Amino acid sequence: MSTADLFLWFFGGLIPLSAMAFWLARSKALSVESTGNRLHSRPGFYGLYAMTWMALPALAASLMFSAAHMFNLFTVPGPMLLASAFALGGGGLWFALGRIKTDFRARQAVEKVMRALLLTAATISVLTTLGIVLSVIFESIRFFKVIPIWDFITGTQWQPDTAFLIGAGRGGESVAPPLFGSLPIFAGTFMITLIAMLVAIPVGLFSAIYMSEYASHNARGRLKPMLEILAGIPTVVYGFFAAITISPLIVEAAHAFGLQADYTNALAPGLIMGVMIIPFISSLSDDVIRAVPQSLRDGSLALGTTKAETIRHVVLPAAFPGIVAACLLAVSRAIGETMIVVMAAGLRPNLTANPLEGMTTVTVKIVEALTGDQEFDSAFTLSAFALGLVLLTATLILNIISTIVVRKFRQQYE
Amino acid sequence: MNKPINYIAGAANPRQKQRERADTRFRLYGMTALALAMMFLVFFFIDIIGKAIPAFYQTEVHVTINYVEAAKTNYNKAIDHKLSHIVSRGWLRGLPQYLQAHPEMIGSSSEEWVAADSRVDQYIKQHDGHGLKSRYQKIVDEMSADGRVRQVFNSGFFTTGDSKLPEQAGIMAAAVGSVFTLLLTMLVAVPIGVMTAIYLEEFADDNTVTRAIEVNINNLAAIPSILYGLLGLAIFINFMGVPRSSALAGGLTLALMTLPIIIIATRASLRAVPETIREAAYGLGASSLQTVWHHVLPLAMPGILTGSIIGLAQAMGETAPLIIVGMMAYIPEPSSSILDATTVLPAQVYTWSTESMGGYAERTSAGILVLLTVLLSLNAVAVKLRNRSQQTW
Repeated sequence: MSTADLFLWFFGGLIPLSAMAFWLARSKALSVESTGNRLHSRPGFYGLYAMTWMALPALAASLMFSAAHMFNLFTVPGPMLLASAFALGGGGLWFALGRIKTDFRARQAVEKVMRALLLTAATISVLTTLGIVLSVIFESIRFFKVIPIWDFITGTQWQPDTAFLIGAGRGGESVAPPLFGSLPIFAGTFMITLIAMLVAIPVGLFSAIYMSEYASHNARGRLKPMLEILAGIPTVVYGFFAAITISPLIVEAAHAFGLQADYTNALAPGLIMGVMIIPFISSLSDDVIRAVPQSLRDGSLALGTTKAETIRHVVLPAAFPGIVAACLLAVSRAIGETMIVVMAAGLRPNLTANPLEGMTTVTVKIVEALTGDQEFDSAFTLSAFALGLVLLTATLILNIISTIVVRKFRQQYE
Repeated sequence: MNKPINYIAGAANPRQKQRERADTRFRLYGMTALALAMMFLVFFFIDIIGKAIPAFYQTEVHVTINYVEAAKTNYNKAIDHKLSHIVSRGWLRGLPQYLQAHPEMIGSSSEEWVAADSRVDQYIKQHDGHGLKSRYQKIVDEMSADGRVRQVFNSGFFTTGDSKLPEQAGIMAAAVGSVFTLLLTMLVAVPIGVMTAIYLEEFADDNTVTRAIEVNINNLAAIPSILYGLLGLAIFINFMGVPRSSALAGGLTLALMTLPIIIIATRASLRAVPETIREAAYGLGASSLQTVWHHVLPLAMPGILTGSIIGLAQAMGETAPLIIVGMMAYIPEPSSSILDATTVLPAQVYTWSTESMGGYAERTSAGILVLLTVLLSLNAVAVKLRNRSQQTW
């Protein structure tokens, strides 16, 4: 019995059985009520009560068996798993039906279960974070056992080619050791992020200022959704556009100025990434600018300042923490952006300050290491997780700083 | 005697004019910024649509097909030798099978419109880099002069899967994969997300655990999507043994990524339901669960729906985590199970974009156009829903 069949049989059995349990218990409760006795809860609650007693033991049993299988403890054959899960469910149902009496508080019992269910759902998001952190850290530790962490952070040479041979046990005396110096990769990420921010911050911020301070209500209602289209375009589309349309344009433009540009230059992905982030900055800044109380503006205008002076000297300083937080979040977006750089930036790590040369980023290297042939013993594959760890740390730090900025410098009016 | 002060604007302060100019300038900056963004949008759509439109047309050539016995084994025998590079190889490959099924056709011949080779297609569409050799160019030019070349609507693009021959590559398999993956994402992310939000908003006490969960959700929303791919690879595929490239692996990964978006949107719409509704329900003897289920949730529904649609639209356009869990395989046939290897629309677009043949570039743009149409309509539905349901209490 394949896993897919097992799933099908399990849920195909569980759902009708649960419905049956609900119906059985509810009709029993109704018949108790029809004899003139008053039940504590509505009949539906007895139905739900029986249903949880049917479904939860069955689910718990199957989850336990799956976990045992996953940890290689023991494996139960499919039919046996189904039989034992449903037998447990049937036992639960029998127990629940027996408890249907006039003084049984089914509502309270069901509420308790539901509350527990809701809490379980809430812990899944925590488990996700834990999953990301653990999966990245464990594989990184394996990587840092082979490559010293200091070499990884400060090395300037990224030549992982021989890692495959060593991973396959064929690394002899003649094979040069692979080098995993990620400094050029960080530099490339920094350069492309910088270009993106140079586009996104001015355009996004001025768009937000215009929309919140100058535009009429109608114009705003039309402009905002248009800007948000930019956020709705998938990154793979931006990547294609950057690689096919923008990159050749930049090469031609550079040529016209007598400069040499690579087709994998950092400028094209940087510019397009900036465009992608415009709506992110503009809508966050728009919110904080609109949150500045009108009385501040009125007070300033009454002193005889022009509108621009009011915005520059009163509104923007009041909104400043929020704007800084928005920009920090935008930076973390740009660092983690993948498809645009995979498609439009280069693969070769390049430590240079010239944005017309090809350079590569952290995310490009992660994708490169994890597509194609994978060997989980090779340092090359594991390097993706070490780079992922760097990415995760950077994102979390930026996020924490932006939270602190907002909390600490938030102006309280009223 | 002091000169009387002229109170007409500009005269009182010599800097007045300068300040006014600065004011206009500042306003102009804002307009320029918006104009730049709009110009990009227009340029972008014109570029993509211009590149995509040709892919919706397929060149066909009018040729004589000889259904000879030998064509059963060697399909090249069915047509004039010099046309074998003009006609689509994919179409020719189907001939032997057709002849097996229709043996009565053997010995006859017919004039038919058949799909042209991708290079011919690109040559007719006058794209650079069509790669058609000059002697074939001459044949195509002659046929074109005879009216034996035409362009028809490319319905195959919507009905076939990926192919090694650009003229036969379509988006069907990827679209089916997208539907499977998104259904899974929806089934996992929406219930869990809504339940989490209900717990945090309606049931949780304000303690350290709750606050930790809140901080955690905000952090999750900011984590780059590629890290969810690493999670999917390490936990779902390597640890739990979910098949690589399957819709199950992709759907679960995307579900975790969409979760924070749905939670945040649901919490906002639950918070917008006024406290008086809850108090009225409690006053009538409803329990907290009944209050939420019968009164709060129905009122918050439009907001939850909007958030879910936006989250799913984002998941649908996501590529990076799916590439990491292997969803960029070559998939010629739509998959039939969530455990089979699948690809999704954006991943298909990515794979095509890495191909060098000209026919694929065109198909990449066409795939993008289809993807954008679906995503922008989803977003438009969400915005409409949000505008219509904005209720003031």
